[in-house]
Amino acid sequence: MKKIYLDYAATTPVDKAVLKEMLPYFSEKFGNAMSVHSFGQDALQAMDTARTRVAKYFHAAPGEIIFTSGATESNNLAVKGVLKSYHSKHKVKPHIITTAFEHHCILDACKAAEKEGLAEVTFIKPDKEGIVSEKEIAKAIRKNTIFISVMYVNNEIGTVQPIAKIGKIVKAKNSERRAGFDFPIVFHTDATQAINYFDCDVDKLGVDLLSMSAHKIYGPKGAGMLYVRKGTRIRRIQDGGDQEYKLRAGTHNVPGIVGLGKAIEILHKNKGNDAQKIKILRNHLISRVLKEVSGSRLNGSRIKRSPNNANFSFQDVEGEGLLLSLDMEGVACSTGSACSSGALSPSHVLLSIGLKPEQAHGSLRVTLGKFTTKKDIDQAVNKIKNVVERLRKISGNILNDYYSAK
Amino acid sequence: MQYSKKVIEHFTRPHNQGIIKNPSGVGMVGNPVCGDLMKIYIKVDKNNQGEEYIKNIKFETLGCASAIATSSMITELAKGKTLDEALKITRNDVADALEGLPPIKMHCSNLADDGLHQAIKDYQNKNKKKK
Repeated sequence: MKKIYLDYAATTPVDKAVLKEMLPYFSEKFGNAMSVHSFGQDALQAMDTARTRVAKYFHAAPGEIIFTSGATESNNLAVKGVLKSYHSKHKVKPHIITTAFEHHCILDACKAAEKEGLAEVTFIKPDKEGIVSEKEIAKAIRKNTIFISVMYVNNEIGTVQPIAKIGKIVKAKNSERRAGFDFPIVFHTDATQAINYFDCDVDKLGVDLLSMSAHKIYGPKGAGMLYVRKGTRIRRIQDGGDQEYKLRAGTHNVPGIVGLGKAIEILHKNKGNDAQKIKILRNHLISRVLKEVSGSRLNGSRIKRSPNNANFSFQDVEGEGLLLSLDMEGVACSTGSACSSGALSPSHVLLSIGLKPEQAHGSLRVTLGKFTTKKDIDQAVNKIKNVVERLRKISGNILNDYYSAK
Repeated sequence: MQYSKKVIEHFTRPHNQGIIKNPSGVGMVGNPVCGDLMKIYIKVDKNNQGEEYIKNIKFETLGCASAIATSSMITELAKGKTLDEALKITRNDVADALEGLPPIKMHCSNLADDGLHQAIKDYQNKNKKKK
């Protein structure tokens, strides 16, 4: 049985060309990029190439690219590093704005800051379509707001947020602010799910900080990046060596960084083509599922969403059982059900756009990638149909019984 | 999630799945917030010794693999047992019969014993009223 991978938002396979470029940097050119000798210089040169490629993709300067271990680290550095910079000079408790459906690394970093008394935090709720309104963000800005973090594309429902519009708002606020409060608002976006499909020109977006991971773009795991606009007030949160312009201590993951650079370069060349192809397949998937599986719904806006993402809820079906059954049939997807992750409540993303818990438990995220074919999609839909039908036989009428007994 | 072979077996081919028309007792446990809902139907009869026993038992479950497997397993364990015996079946018995459950599932998706006990109590309450 040929296995069908439809979980590209979780991770992607390393592109063969990326792997080829990385391999010499394990055993042959193994130098520490901070060393003065030729071994070190070889590593440094490879890293410089990667840095230039990445900078070009984001229309940034190489000196604004901070390599990290991935988006989780980048996001932690963003939240905590800006707060640290603020607290080094200011006494007034600062204010942070983020959204209710960020990735846990942002949410938890913000909640920790709140708990430790380092900041007040406002969590903006998205609308039913899964879009955060830039007006809501603007309204939430206070005198002491120093940090705004809004993800570019939501990782579960694939909805696209108005980053450039928020960027403009922040810019306007900051120019008014100069006279009073002297710490400008730092605007951050977690662009992890956006890199493959959306314009990531940091000037067009108006962001000061931008996070990403290599493994979502056919690069290796354990490598990522934080774009830091020149002049942004941020401090390092991990003590140690002087790597990455003193913003990220720790020996460089040279093969990983080389892989990230190559993955970005390939993406730069093929972006439009892949996105178009994937979008056509994804639309085919959505129309078939909604038409052929009764009691199904698409979560999140159909239009303002990443070309590779579909997120469904199926009535009277629980996601973990669905996932497990599909896996036995050779189809790999993901769910917002609590049961699959060991959490106690279902996806905070799906709840934030107004789904009932049982709808969130009955969700299935299908994410496509550049190796997905029409045949994959058609086979997957057929299997989804069968599995949903089987599980509905087992659940019978129980949900209705439950509510009528209430 | 690492499930035992037995759990997968009962999840893919659950035993005694469905409903009983005019059941002697029904038990419903769980809630949609946790994601697991379970309904147990029993038909009670008297055996040769005049003791009440579970002649037939069925279930409906909306839930994860372990919720379905534990439902299936409890019907196996309870079928043919006297009510007194059935009331003694615990969630550990169910987990053991399934060759173990992942620790996180012991708590949230192992409700079948509650469902069974509720169904028996439902039957006993109804009978009290009749008497």
